[in-house]
Amino acid sequence: MATVIVVTSGKGGVGKTTTSASFATGLAQRGYRTVVIDFDVGLRNLDLIMGCERRVVYDFVNVINNEANLNQALIRDKRVENLYILPASQTRDKEALTKEGVERVLNELRVGFDYIVCDSPAGIERGALMALYFADQALVVTNPEVSSVRDSDRILGILASRSLRAEQGDEPVKEHLVLARYAPERADRGDMLSVDDVLEILGIPLLGVIPESQSVLQSSNAGVPVILEDSSEAGAAYGDLVDRFLGKNLPHRFTSSQKKGFLQRLFGGS
Amino acid sequence: MGLLDSIFRTPPSKSAALAKERLQIIVTHERGNRRNSPDYLPALKKELLEVVRKYVPIDQSQIKVHLDREDGCEILELNITLPEEEQRVVQQRPNDAGV
Repeated sequence: MATVIVVTSGKGGVGKTTTSASFATGLAQRGYRTVVIDFDVGLRNLDLIMGCERRVVYDFVNVINNEANLNQALIRDKRVENLYILPASQTRDKEALTKEGVERVLNELRVGFDYIVCDSPAGIERGALMALYFADQALVVTNPEVSSVRDSDRILGILASRSLRAEQGDEPVKEHLVLARYAPERADRGDMLSVDDVLEILGIPLLGVIPESQSVLQSSNAGVPVILEDSSEAGAAYGDLVDRFLGKNLPHRFTSSQKKGFLQRLFGGS
Repeated sequence: MGLLDSIFRTPPSKSAALAKERLQIIVTHERGNRRNSPDYLPALKKELLEVVRKYVPIDQSQIKVHLDREDGCEILELNITLPEEEQRVVQQRPNDAGV
């Protein structure tokens, strides 16, 4: 029986799709049968980030409306075994995501997969609510910036009150913080919220810190999830994040600025 | 530290501390709103409005009901703004008020 994980944030542009793509890819790399679903109906982008945009024939809404079956709509990743993508519809509106329809598709997927990753759209409208409704666990993607932290707190409130688990009084959705676009040297200087600041405000366990990195844009340009770029810091950070999710006890990397050279120490402050 | 430090060091920015402080205030406030506000508040407000209207014509915006929680102690704050002219009318004809 699969575990359903929502990747959510409230605010847009913080790295939900980047995280969904890398997280799902990492789980599949480690041998788990994984499907990643784009819930952003009308504004699909996961296909671009995963590099399979030209292979989309049917989508999530087609499956919900019984216009296609899952086997027709699922796109098998060409790089990583065990990885499948279910793209969002580009033409319909969000009302197409009915609770019953989403539930039926998830139940079908639960049989054949270990992990179902739901890439949530921004906001707190239907698409976002449907993406988190059936979740067992949640990755809350946050940037060290006031509006993102506030929106994440709002989403945590929604997870605690409007998910199926909350409605049924089951064990609550397990929450994980993913702090993305982190710049340690700026946090050290005191002009960016630090990891500890964000943890203190949101009060949920930290799963990973993804450093601000040029490789994120470069890999999205190429349609390759950044976790596949082993040499990049962001890729390595996502690798650690997946291992931690699977129970490995790894120290957090990329959370403090690099050791400084002699000249920097002389001229750049302590 | 050294002289070089005092010359070349950029002054420490405090904007992150400010961000944290602002966030803590707004997040605490918003959590309070969504977690502590009991379901009966809107109904209570509506009924209070009906009762007050028997005596003084006021509208929805002139009645404010607020519940605060401090150290386990709940404070229900009720604020009704009476329209000045109507008040005078009530005072002049006290018998009407009891209808």
